Amino acid sequence: MIRVLLPTHLRTLARVGGEVQLDLQNAVTIGAVLDGLETAYPVLRGSIRDHVTLRRRPFVRYFACQQDLSHEPLETRLPEPVATGVEPFLIIGALAGG
Amino acid sequence: MGTKRKRPVTGKKKGRASGVRLLVGTRKGAFVLTSDGKRDKWDVSGPHFAGWEMYHLKGSPVDPNRIYASQTSGWFGQKIQRSNDGGKTWEPIGDKFVYEGVPGTHQWYDGTQHPWEFKRIWHLEPSLTDPDTVYAGAEDAALFRTTDGGQTWQELPALRSAKGHLWQPGAGGMGLHTILLDPSNPNRIYIAISAAGVFRTDDAGKTWRPMNSGLKSPYQLPDPDSEVGHCVHRITLHPSRPGVLFMQKHWDVMRSDNAAESWNEVSGNLPTDFGFPIEVHAHEPETIYVVPIKSDSEHFPPDGKLRVYRSRSGGNEWEALTKGLPQRDCYVNVLRDAMAADSLDPCGVYFGTTGGQVYGSANAGNSWKAIVRDLPAVLSVEAQTLA
Repeated sequence: MIRVLLPTHLRTLARVGGEVQLDLQNAVTIGAVLDGLETAYPVLRGSIRDHVTLRRRPFVRYFACQQDLSHEPLETRLPEPVATGVEPFLIIGALAGG
Repeated sequence: MGTKRKRPVTGKKKGRASGVRLLVGTRKGAFVLTSDGKRDKWDVSGPHFAGWEMYHLKGSPVDPNRIYASQTSGWFGQKIQRSNDGGKTWEPIGDKFVYEGVPGTHQWYDGTQHPWEFKRIWHLEPSLTDPDTVYAGAEDAALFRTTDGGQTWQELPALRSAKGHLWQPGAGGMGLHTILLDPSNPNRIYIAISAAGVFRTDDAGKTWRPMNSGLKSPYQLPDPDSEVGHCVHRITLHPSRPGVLFMQKHWDVMRSDNAAESWNEVSGNLPTDFGFPIEVHAHEPETIYVVPIKSDSEHFPPDGKLRVYRSRSGGNEWEALTKGLPQRDCYVNVLRDAMAADSLDPCGVYFGTTGGQVYGSANAGNSWKAIVRDLPAVLSVEAQTLA
């Protein structure tokens, strides 16, 4: 079981209160988590990454175990504590004021 | 154009039992304001989609409880919401807007070509006859359409073939902000883009023509009479005379009496001919409203006085409408999609400001009252007249 923490606006959009839990069959990679999330909550398609290119939206970041994984390829395996559900995978709306 | 015209009267909806619903899009959510036919007391519902930029909401003319809303965010992209109960509850629908084929390029600020990139939906225009058909105006400028209630969207790509390589963003982006469906001809649609101009199709979107003859943009374009590139802020028409159009251009208020084949200036005695919205009275096709703004850099009313100007002669002769509006220390703007009229008798006129006020007049602009004062900056206002 994978735990995913979404930013407030995406929680509202997906109509979920707290963490989202996903059961993934295969390797726990960044791409697999995003695929699983978008399958479970289709409304999130296009909000975390582009509909067509699947590129991460500029002001969205991925974190796990205090590591910024935003620039890592989708095939990157997530740390063991995330893969085992001890730690959540964090999707964050970046601070982008100015 | 200086001659006074007769004031025809059309389509009045009598009856104090009727009501009005205003759909207000703001920088931080949507609000639904409702009143009975007196339009004196209002209920305020919202914010819906708190924190999101709500560019535009509009109801279907054939099913007013079917409302479509453009919800957008610099972080999380574009969403489209639909309500089937007049804005009480909402459901997300399709939001995949993909340019048809190879997107191609348009002109960039430095004169080079720049690839088309989807950013957001500025305007939603439900069909006049089918609640499941809606047109959507995008930034970067393109026209999309759904025929399945918003589940899927397809581009009408021929529009970008109308000299799209010469279109260039204005300071606010390159958005398709106005979609006018001709009630007398289902194949005719007018659209307007900042900063490309007006375009018309007479074959339901298969082909498009630039319709900017008569527009003049000195110091804005290398060729002031250019076929495309004009910064059109808004166009409107009265449904009883769809061949007569009115335009608020960046500078100049314009009028066309031949379905946009040519345009003539009708700014007349306005204190400034810069502004964003333009609206037509619901029953008097020659009565139009604008909100003059001091300049394109200051974006607030002249002298700190918020004044709507009304012409009852289709332009040229304008009167200031000030009763109930702040006449000192007012430095708000009124954006292009933030003015609307209901079809009750007398006609109600409404507008929202960047200061978060929504003003309404239940007597065609003679006097005004703030319906709400402290919303987030208002992006759009639509009025629905309810049976």
